Amino acid sequence: MTRYIRRAAAFCLVLLVALLVNSARVQVFEADSLDDNPANRRGTIERYDQPRGDILVGGRPVTGSRDTGEQLRYERTYKNGPLYAPVTGYASQVYGTSLLEHAEDGILSGTDPMLAPLPLWNDLTRSQQPGGDVATTIDAAAQRAAYRGLAGRRGAVAALNPATGEILALVSSPSYDPGAIAGTDSATTSAWTDLNGAASQPMLNRAIRQTYPPGSTFKIVTAAAALDSGTVTDVDGPTHTPSPWVLPDTSTRLENEATGCEDASLADAIRVSCNTVMAKLGVEVGLNGMVSAARKFGFDDAGIRIPSSVSRSNFDTDMDRSQLALSSIGQFNTTATPLQMAMVSAAVANGGILMSPHLVERTTDEHGATVAQTGSKEYKQAMNPATAVELQRMMQGAVEDGTGTNAQIPGVTVGGKTGTAQHGVGNKGIPYAWFISWARSPDAGAPGVAVAVVVEDASADRADISGGGSAAPIARDVMEAVLNSAGNSAGNSADNSAGNSG
Amino acid sequence: MTGSRGPTGARAGASPPTVPAVPAVRLPRRRGTELVLIVLAVLLSVYGYCEVGLARHGSVPPGAAGYGAGLGVLALVAHCAVRFRAPYADPLLLPIAVLLNGLGLVLIYRLDLETPDDQAAPTQLVWSTFGVALFIAVVVLVRDHRVLQRYAYLSAVAALFLMILPIFFPAVNGARIWLRIGGFSIQPGEFAKVLLAIFFASYLAANRNALSYTGRKIWRFQLPTMRVFAPILVFWLISVGVLVLERDLGTSLLFFGLFIVMLYVATGRVSWIAIGLVLAAGGAVVVGALEPHVNSRVQDWLHPFASIDAGQGPGQVAQSLFAFAAGGILGAGLGAGHSILIGFAAKSDFILATAGEELGLVGLTAIFLLYALLVERGYRAGLALRDPFGRLLAIGLASIVALQVFVIAGGVMGLIPLTGMAMPFLAQGGSSVVTNWIIVALLVRIGDSARAQLLPDDALEAHR
Repeated sequence: MTRYIRRAAAFCLVLLVALLVNSARVQVFEADSLDDNPANRRGTIERYDQPRGDILVGGRPVTGSRDTGEQLRYERTYKNGPLYAPVTGYASQVYGTSLLEHAEDGILSGTDPMLAPLPLWNDLTRSQQPGGDVATTIDAAAQRAAYRGLAGRRGAVAALNPATGEILALVSSPSYDPGAIAGTDSATTSAWTDLNGAASQPMLNRAIRQTYPPGSTFKIVTAAAALDSGTVTDVDGPTHTPSPWVLPDTSTRLENEATGCEDASLADAIRVSCNTVMAKLGVEVGLNGMVSAARKFGFDDAGIRIPSSVSRSNFDTDMDRSQLALSSIGQFNTTATPLQMAMVSAAVANGGILMSPHLVERTTDEHGATVAQTGSKEYKQAMNPATAVELQRMMQGAVEDGTGTNAQIPGVTVGGKTGTAQHGVGNKGIPYAWFISWARSPDAGAPGVAVAVVVEDASADRADISGGGSAAPIARDVMEAVLNSAGNSAGNSADNSAGNSG
Repeated sequence: MTGSRGPTGARAGASPPTVPAVPAVRLPRRRGTELVLIVLAVLLSVYGYCEVGLARHGSVPPGAAGYGAGLGVLALVAHCAVRFRAPYADPLLLPIAVLLNGLGLVLIYRLDLETPDDQAAPTQLVWSTFGVALFIAVVVLVRDHRVLQRYAYLSAVAALFLMILPIFFPAVNGARIWLRIGGFSIQPGEFAKVLLAIFFASYLAANRNALSYTGRKIWRFQLPTMRVFAPILVFWLISVGVLVLERDLGTSLLFFGLFIVMLYVATGRVSWIAIGLVLAAGGAVVVGALEPHVNSRVQDWLHPFASIDAGQGPGQVAQSLFAFAAGGILGAGLGAGHSILIGFAAKSDFILATAGEELGLVGLTAIFLLYALLVERGYRAGLALRDPFGRLLAIGLASIVALQVFVIAGGVMGLIPLTGMAMPFLAQGGSSVVTNWIIVALLVRIGDSARAQLLPDDALEAHR
């Protein structure tokens, strides 16, 4: 019997070995694929097991986390959700993340190895740290002014600090509350369905993800090209342009909305917005010159990140002369995001140097210690400094005594350019009202803010839609808000010293 | 291994009968070793209990001292019973049982934290206490395992009665294997295992020569005479048939395996294995075809992720595999896993998944080795004994543990189709814990007898 007992024991040993080998199979060799199975909730549970880091505006969080006590424990909350939605994006337990919530997810969720005290070791163990914070460059007052100005109409505002590239306002309208799609319940699902089905596309970030024909605001780019290339040497000299002007190689007559464009100077053409002069200058600069000028401002660049990607603004590279003429006044296939046009304005304001636009000032760990800082860096030299000075003067003219008088701020130097872009079949669509501008406080050496506003307003009277009418007042409010908050911080210290001396 | 050869050597070296008081060979009792190991087992369990609390709440759970004291007292009382009534018993059996039982309580307590409305650990502790009480009763009352041989047919009848009983009670979760009395659920089939092992061991010990050497021979297979074989076959058919009716597939598989192993050990006929496999294959095909329940288990085994592809989310086996995978080599740590995602039966049939996720491959291997050690000690006792009944009983009891661990562990880890069964000592389930304590008690008794054989005759008499 002993022999048979030994054999039975050997059988038991086989069973043991089978179990151990199988354990190694499941826990080691197939572990990764099992971990990555989309039906495995572990990753999701771990992700929401701690409060998400916050996104800060002016040092104050505009986000929060709510302990739901459910399996996915912490749910994202938003203060002033619709106002900041184009900045923050959403962080949903069901639908993932977008914009800053997406771009800085590693910091916010605590998985970024830089958050760990020993990054390399942490990379190995992949353990989670408390979520860090993301401080934005947004100026709360400017953001509010822009949102209030759009007042629910379809449109967008982008404002930049020309000297640093910091994005001071980024508003898209109509907006939505990202808090409504943060959770997992049925209300979340229906909110998501409604938001995606809405004709007004509230979840579309029009400031960076929608391109519009820039219309006359593009004339700034054309003017820069004309001056830089030497096509125009005297901004106040006549340009020998008939009005109307027949597009080259066609019989199509290009008209002007404005009067006094016959043989107008470049300065006057910018001031009153002459189509004929700018279209002709674009053709004279030539396709290569126009393309290279546009690209210096950021057109045709699909790689701009703020850190979320910005849609590519377009200036065609293969056109005949009549198409080039139309493109030079922001029509034909020329399109731009509102942020792109703010960059055009900022480049002029900053003496020709275009700074890379960015939305994140710095990221910190949970205690506020800096993890990474976004420094200001130059994107491109968009034009010669002398050209910038001329363009500043011309844009000032447009505001003082041209199409953009609605943007005037008492005691402040403001330069701007209106645009009214036609679109749709036969140009019968509601035009987009554009305004790009910059402003300089009297005591400041350089402009402190550059802004672009676009309003697409189907409910408004067609005749009323013009850059000067709808868009310029919004730009003015935003610029005023920026200059005031900058002035306030300076003014506060002045008040203090005054109080001390008194 | 030396056990089977040992007795003659020991006896040859025994002193002349004129000096009975001083045996030439002093047989170590090793009770001190057992005590040290028991203390370690209790400490390890308390450590696990504390770790759960620290991981979940950052503090030692308030019940830690009480839990440790309870488990410690139980283990010490059991140790005393062994020390006085089975002094030559194997010193590993009791510590392993204490450790597995303690670890099981920790895992159930840990899962209780996820289900505030369903607290299973306190009940499990009550059942463990009852189990230890029965352990002590068996060690104290059963002075010689050979006594059990007399109750072979009584055991058979009792086993059948216990198995048939639940048919008259309502089904729970699709299986008619439960008796609900008051707040407690009893699974009588669990107790039947031990009774069945006693019956098989007794019958086979009495008839093994007839089974081995009589009957016709077909080709190379020696068939037994029907007169000897019929009772055991009929009995086996009834028991397996009843279990199939009750949809208790795991236990029927276990009985079947137990039957084959014991028959082989008793007769040494490979033909039994062949017949067994043919019967098993035939039975599996028939049951698989007739029972949708079984068929779905096989499908789950072959395609554990089919429900995910069908958009219905992961099934239990898939969730179990996720849990094991999440543990990896070192485990997530006690209290830090998410095995509760398995949902139903996470504390009972799928308890091993929690061990796998939170203790990792390392911890799981340790658990498997503890079971292996338990089985090995049973087999060793079987080898050392000289009476066929004792040998067969030891092999039978140890095989129950081995087969049960394999069937359930293989099931939850995707090695074989899942059949509901309790992981010995670890899983929630009173009947199972109690039964396993009885099995260990019988192995302790048999081990004691096996070692005591080495004593000189007079000392052996004194021992009995």
